[in-house]
Amino acid sequence: MRRSRALAPIAAFLGLAVVVAVLPSFVSGFRAQQFAYVAIYLTALIGLNILTGYTGQISLGHGAFMAIGGYTTAILMVDHGVKDIWTIPVAAVVTGVVGFLFGIPALRLSGLYLALATFAVAVSMPAVIKRFEGFTGGGGGLNLFGLPELTASLEPVTVLGRELTFNDWLYYLCWTVALVGYVIAWLMLRGRTGRALRAVRDSETAAQSSGVSLPAYKTLAFGVSAAYAGVAGSLFAIATTFVNPDTFPIALSILLLVGVVVGGLGSLVGLIAGAVFIQFLPIWSQQVSKSPGAPAVVSGVVLIALMFVLPMGVAGLAARLRTLTKR
Amino acid sequence: MSALLALENVEARYGPVQALRGISLEVPEGAVVAVLGANGAGKTTTLRAVSGTVRRTGKIEFGGKSLRGGPEAVARAGIVHVPEGRGTFTELTVTENLKLGAYTRRERNLRADIDRVSQWFPWLPDRANQPAGTLSGGEQQMLAVARALMARPRLLMLDEPSLGLAPMIVREIFRIVRELNEKEGLTVLVVEQDARIALQSASSAYVLEVGKVAVAGSSDELRENESVRRSYLGY
Amino acid sequence: MADFWQQVVAGLASGSIYASLALALVLIHRATGVINFAQGEMATFSTYIAWALTTNHGWSYWPAFAVTLLASFAGGVAIHQGIIRPNEKGSVLRVVIVTIGLLLALNGLVTWIWSGEVRAMQSPFPTRTMDIAGVAISIQDIGTIGVVLATVAVLWALFQYTKVGLAMRAAAVNPAEARLVGVRVTWMLSLGWGLAAVLGAISGMLAAPSLFLDPNLMAALLIYAFAAAVLGGIDSPIGAVVGGLTLGVGLNLIGAYVDFVGADLRLPAALAVILVVLLVKPSGIFGKSEVRRV
Repeated sequence: MRRSRALAPIAAFLGLAVVVAVLPSFVSGFRAQQFAYVAIYLTALIGLNILTGYTGQISLGHGAFMAIGGYTTAILMVDHGVKDIWTIPVAAVVTGVVGFLFGIPALRLSGLYLALATFAVAVSMPAVIKRFEGFTGGGGGLNLFGLPELTASLEPVTVLGRELTFNDWLYYLCWTVALVGYVIAWLMLRGRTGRALRAVRDSETAAQSSGVSLPAYKTLAFGVSAAYAGVAGSLFAIATTFVNPDTFPIALSILLLVGVVVGGLGSLVGLIAGAVFIQFLPIWSQQVSKSPGAPAVVSGVVLIALMFVLPMGVAGLAARLRTLTKR
Repeated sequence: MSALLALENVEARYGPVQALRGISLEVPEGAVVAVLGANGAGKTTTLRAVSGTVRRTGKIEFGGKSLRGGPEAVARAGIVHVPEGRGTFTELTVTENLKLGAYTRRERNLRADIDRVSQWFPWLPDRANQPAGTLSGGEQQMLAVARALMARPRLLMLDEPSLGLAPMIVREIFRIVRELNEKEGLTVLVVEQDARIALQSASSAYVLEVGKVAVAGSSDELRENESVRRSYLGY
Repeated sequence: MADFWQQVVAGLASGSIYASLALALVLIHRATGVINFAQGEMATFSTYIAWALTTNHGWSYWPAFAVTLLASFAGGVAIHQGIIRPNEKGSVLRVVIVTIGLLLALNGLVTWIWSGEVRAMQSPFPTRTMDIAGVAISIQDIGTIGVVLATVAVLWALFQYTKVGLAMRAAAVNPAEARLVGVRVTWMLSLGWGLAAVLGAISGMLAAPSLFLDPNLMAALLIYAFAAAVLGGIDSPIGAVVGGLTLGVGLNLIGAYVDFVGADLRLPAALAVILVVLLVKPSGIFGKSEVRRV
């Protein structure tokens, strides 16, 4: 019984991996880059899913974790000449630690207040970045374009016998990271850890009384989800070849939450849907209006409409978050 | 005597649980009627069905007209439901509680009404500006009745007034209820677990069991019937 | 020393702007348990209406102010009735997600209608200073403080002395019982949203002259308002006012006298306030401590 249940998702996953591997041959470099961003958002969403979907802690500040990851990568590349791919694990660790540390005081904040606190963190992050100019390059930001440490930026790189231009290289890098990240998350959540996290979400009291160490799992979830966001931020910096305080605005944090709500929690398909939504929303909004305000209006309306139409259907997000109504 | 309130085959459910399976009862004008039964029999739900706090099917007539709508509409029709646990606004003062009692009336000057009501509860003026939550359980129950009187209701519905109160205070409350009925002709429907004290004040009673009316009759009939007393009333 | 008092008065002025928005947040939270993340954007939208009336249509200030307040009130009521109320059956967090959606939609809408250009907003008060005991005090600051205090006083009178105010308070603390006495609770909540929108509009219109008007005017202000509300006690109206004024003066003084903070770190400083309060005494200065029984 267990075996066959595991087989279907594995088959689907492998099918997806094949599609991903083959896709760039059929689309332009520009499209490939767009899909690379989808993978970046997917990575962040996988992390946010662990935090919000599994332990039910809502975060409106994951853009700030992406910023930390992005800046870690940028600083390592610009100031210390580290090759881009090696900065990714560093970004993961740094952001993971920060996330874990944030998770400790966050234990004392319930649903709404945590949302509030993370919201405030995300809004303040650009100001903090600007303040520590010497370190972060202040308002001017850090430029990665043209650096030798940035793979395939100056000339195509050869991977597994194939020559890849920047866009294609980026695509494969991001999707490899995203899919590996998904597998890691899947393995983590299958076993005891997953059950414990779900128990925390469904009833903190019950979980506690059955011996699940609440603080441990909740801070762990924060750390892990932050690490994912950090990796996403790192890839974002590499993809954009540039970071400044406004690269990771509050809108990004909100959009990540939107992505999680739109896509539905848990399933890979849902998360991909969410990531696609985040990436292509501004483009689709252009259909509605050329105004720069259009994407925000569309995502806002979509979010509201979803709460009306599918509050339960969006993978039971509302039901899971209902356990957070402790004021 | 015509029935002020009449329920016919009323059903109500809480999600998958059927709480009322077809209740029919009548409250004559000017009478005190008791609804008795064990925990979970559906007594509170019956009152909730009348006040519109819970969704129900079946016919309910008040003063000859069909009764519809949620609690706000029912309150406007002249029925005051004093819920389990008194329903006092603990954070608001005693006077504010009383003023809220008269919410459905257009009366601007409530001073006269507050004085009138204070005659039944002489200690009220002393506590005028205290938060209602600082009153004892018995005082809060009496405050709830006083607040109900502010509305000049045609029907007063009391849910388990004895809950959590000392016997002496319970007797006092029922004494006031009886006097209100005798002197002002107030029609009362009271839900009670304590059957004995309820039957002392009521003229007739309905005993509920698992959402249906098991036994009904005048208080005298119910009290004199020993098997009814033993099986249904617990004494 | 004169500089100190100037900072204090300026702090009181910005603090009263925070207080007004904080009061809006508290009103809604008290009544419905919801943190309205869109409060700032609603205020921005209102401020743009006032701007459009005065700048594009040549209205004079106070009539535009009044009409904006009316429009904001209507908007607040409409938002509650149309968007919030249908979601109230679900969890509190579902409503919060809706307010986040509203935040996005309103922010985008402002840009859509009026473009993202920075605009100058007229101030009803002269920008000169007055000399009081040797200290140059800005008349605009005094005016700002005055408007907010007057608003708070009017609201207080509404809640304490009127039937509708009493009904609103009852609906906020005990909606089930309020229904039983005949209060139309849903409409009372809508009224609350309307009043909150008015408070937000006042906040925006007072802030715009000095901060300039652009779609992100209220984003930072919202954080300050959150900090003020949390500091004062998220369910306490007095707390919102005291919290706002304290925060305004405090941030100003810290910004002026502590080099490290300077002007740039005022926002993170407010964030620090939020975090510290939530961790040390979550109920704020005037709030009641909640007992969480396991």
